Amino acid sequence: MEIVEGLELPSRTFTVTRADLVRYAGASGDFNVIHWNERVAKDVGLPDVIAHGMLTMGLAIQVVTDWLDDPSRLLSYGCRFTRPVVVPDDSQGADVIVSGTVSSVADGVANIALRATCQDVTVLGKATAAIKVD
Amino acid sequence: MALNPDFVGRTYPPAPAYLVGREKIREFARAVQLSDLVYFDVEVARARGYADLVAPPTYAIRLSMAAAEAVVMDPDLGLDYTRVVHGDQRFEYSRPIVAGDELVCSVTIDSIRSAAGNDMLTTRADIATVAGEHVVTSYSVLVARGTDDGDA
Repeated sequence: MEIVEGLELPSRTFTVTRADLVRYAGASGDFNVIHWNERVAKDVGLPDVIAHGMLTMGLAIQVVTDWLDDPSRLLSYGCRFTRPVVVPDDSQGADVIVSGTVSSVADGVANIALRATCQDVTVLGKATAAIKVD
Repeated sequence: MALNPDFVGRTYPPAPAYLVGREKIREFARAVQLSDLVYFDVEVARARGYADLVAPPTYAIRLSMAAAEAVVMDPDLGLDYTRVVHGDQRFEYSRPIVAGDELVCSVTIDSIRSAAGNDMLTTRADIATVAGEHVVTSYSVLVARGTDDGDA
């Protein structure tokens, strides 16, 4: 597959429920209360419990790594946590839609701009992955 | 609330080495909903050229956040940790972390700045094997929201 500027990567949808937040808290060691306790989340001015930014970041990169089929080609990955993913206390949870576009290719490196949205709101800002190409 | 600018450039001695375990990799990979078997099946990982199970790309946060938290809790820095949110995160990889890696993480405060009433602290965590091979560097921007509730 030729990696050229403008190439669109297959988009993916990830569902995040309260149970997923508890699982990520345990796996990551991030037990911040706002990710599992609605009372505390609302006390600090959030609409409800929110997902860990790092969970969203961790889900989103699959759009790149699964497409590459080789995680060792990843050179860098970064983003801003612009808006929270609010996770309601129900069985549906929140859907995070992730897509990616090759934004530049030069000197053996391709940059991929990722878009991650939840209910049409961008949740990761300036999300970019750089990969090795040859 | 102003942070102590003397902390810029300060590097903290690394915590004891972290041994990357297969079950921790599997647990983390499941939590971020990965499906590629390279994170779960040792035979698949080896067939694809890795020494062992591959850790997910964001796994390094386990090491870097714990190390950075110890730093930002330093009372002389003046950070109110109850107001801190993770603003920005970036990883620069030399190679993926794999199970069996023994890693050390040293944290440096790269910058401190204030904007719109918030304090922003950039920490850099350099993660290397005990033998000194660089694996990944994790840059985290921590934002301490100003005390004006509502618009922070």
